[in-house]
Amino acid sequence: MPQNYVPIFIFVAFVGILLPFTLLLAKLVRPDNPGKTKLMPYECGIDPYDNARGRYTVRYYIIAILFVVFDVETIFLFPWAVKFKAMGMFGLVEMLVFLGILIVGYIWVWNKGALEWV
Amino acid sequence: MLSIQTFLIVAVIKTLIALVVLLTAVAYTVWLERKVVGHMQNRWGPTRVGPFGLLQPLADGLKFILKEDLTPPHVNKPLYIAAPIIAMVFAITSIAVIPFGNPITVFGKQIPLQIADVNIGLLIILGITSMGVYGVALAGWSSNNKYSLLGGLRASAQMVSYEISLGLSLIGVLILAGSFSLKDIVDAQSGVFWGFIPKWNIFQGQIIAFFIYLCSAYAETNRIPFDLPEAETELVAGYHTEYSSMKFAMFFISEYANMMTVACLATILFLGGWHGPMFGPALLQAVLPLVWFGLKVFCFLFLYIWVRGTLPRFRYDQLMAFGWKFLLPLAIANLVITALVVAWTA
Repeated sequence: MPQNYVPIFIFVAFVGILLPFTLLLAKLVRPDNPGKTKLMPYECGIDPYDNARGRYTVRYYIIAILFVVFDVETIFLFPWAVKFKAMGMFGLVEMLVFLGILIVGYIWVWNKGALEWV
Repeated sequence: MLSIQTFLIVAVIKTLIALVVLLTAVAYTVWLERKVVGHMQNRWGPTRVGPFGLLQPLADGLKFILKEDLTPPHVNKPLYIAAPIIAMVFAITSIAVIPFGNPITVFGKQIPLQIADVNIGLLIILGITSMGVYGVALAGWSSNNKYSLLGGLRASAQMVSYEISLGLSLIGVLILAGSFSLKDIVDAQSGVFWGFIPKWNIFQGQIIAFFIYLCSAYAETNRIPFDLPEAETELVAGYHTEYSSMKFAMFFISEYANMMTVACLATILFLGGWHGPMFGPALLQAVLPLVWFGLKVFCFLFLYIWVRGTLPRFRYDQLMAFGWKFLLPLAIANLVITALVVAWTA
C-alpha cells in the first residue's frame, strides 16, 4: 500500500530539519575565535605543501567499475531469490547460466590482475 | 483501518519515540564500548561522571555543542556542511523500516511496532545504507586536505567492495523466506527443530552467510579490523580530519547508528528477530519479544566491541583481497548451494 511509505518521508523530513537546527543552536552557544594557524589544513603541525586535489591511483576507478558490474548482478538476484520457490527448475537453471557467465568474467578479471592491490 | 489523521499522528509519535530511543541507544553504545574496551585493556574506562560513568554520554553531548567549530577557508563550504548531515540522515533513516515485534493493540487499534510497514523493507534498507557512502566521499573531497581525501577514497572503495558480498549473503535468506518484508522474514523463522533448536536462519544452513554478513558489515561500518578509512596511525582521522564540534559529532553518531542498523538487521535476518522462549502471564508475554530482540541486538553489538578489543587492523591490500578474492566467491558458492538444496527438497 503506497500510504505505508509516507512515514519514511515524515522521518526523513524530521531528521532533515532537526540536524541543521542543532547546528544553528550550537552556533549560538559555542565560542568563535579562529586564528591563522587554527585554520591551516591539518598536516600534523607541519606547514602544508602542494595541493590536496592531486592525483591518486587508478585502482580506485577499477574498483568502482567492478562494483557497478557486480552490484547490478546482485540486484538481478534479489527478485529471483524471492520468487525462487514459485519458479522451480526453470528459475534455477536460468540463474545458474547467468551466474556462469558472470563467473567467467570474474575469473578473467582476476587473471588480468585487476583485483591485485599493488 | 485507521483514519488519515490517526495514521499521521501515530507515525509522528512513533518517529519521535524511535529517534529518542535510537539516539539514547547510540550514546550508551559509545559508553559501553569505552567501558568494555577499557576493561579488556586492564583500564577502568569512564568512571568520573555519575555512577559507573553512566552520565558520560550526557557530558560528551554538552561538550560537542559547546566546542568551537572551525570551518577552514580552504574547504568547499556547501558540501563541507552538507556531508555530515547527509551521513547522519541516511544512517538513522534505515531504522524507519525495522520491525521490533509483532503488532500490538492500543485502545482497540492494531499498531505495528515499526514506523513504516512496507513489503520491501530489506530493499529500502540496502538502498538507504548505500547512500551513506555519499556523506563519507563528500566529506573527504570537500575538506581539501590530503588525509581527508585519502580517507574518503579508501572508505568509498571499501564500502562499495563489501556491499557486493553483503548483498549476496542475504540472498540465501531471501530464498528461504521468499519475501522482502522484514516481518515475513522473521515470521518464517518461528518454531523449532526436534523440539529445542530454534528455526533461526543461522541454524537453517545459513551460517556461512552469517559469517560473510558479519565481515561485510564490519567493513561497511568502517570498524576494526577494517577501519582503514580512519587508521589513526597514518591518516589521523581519515575523512573527518577537518571536522570539529557538532559536525564531528554527526559523523560519530552516524557510525554508531550504522552499527545499530547492522545489528538489528542481523537479528532479523539470521537470529530469528523477536522469537524466543515465551512464558509467564499475559503482560510478560507482551513484553518478552521486545526483550529478546533487544538482547540479540545487544549481543551483536557486544561482539563488535569484543572484536575491536581483540583484533589488529588489516593492511589495505589484504582488505581488498579478502573482500574480492575470498568473500565474493564464498558468497556466490553459498547462494548456489542454498538454491540447489532448496530446489532438491522442494
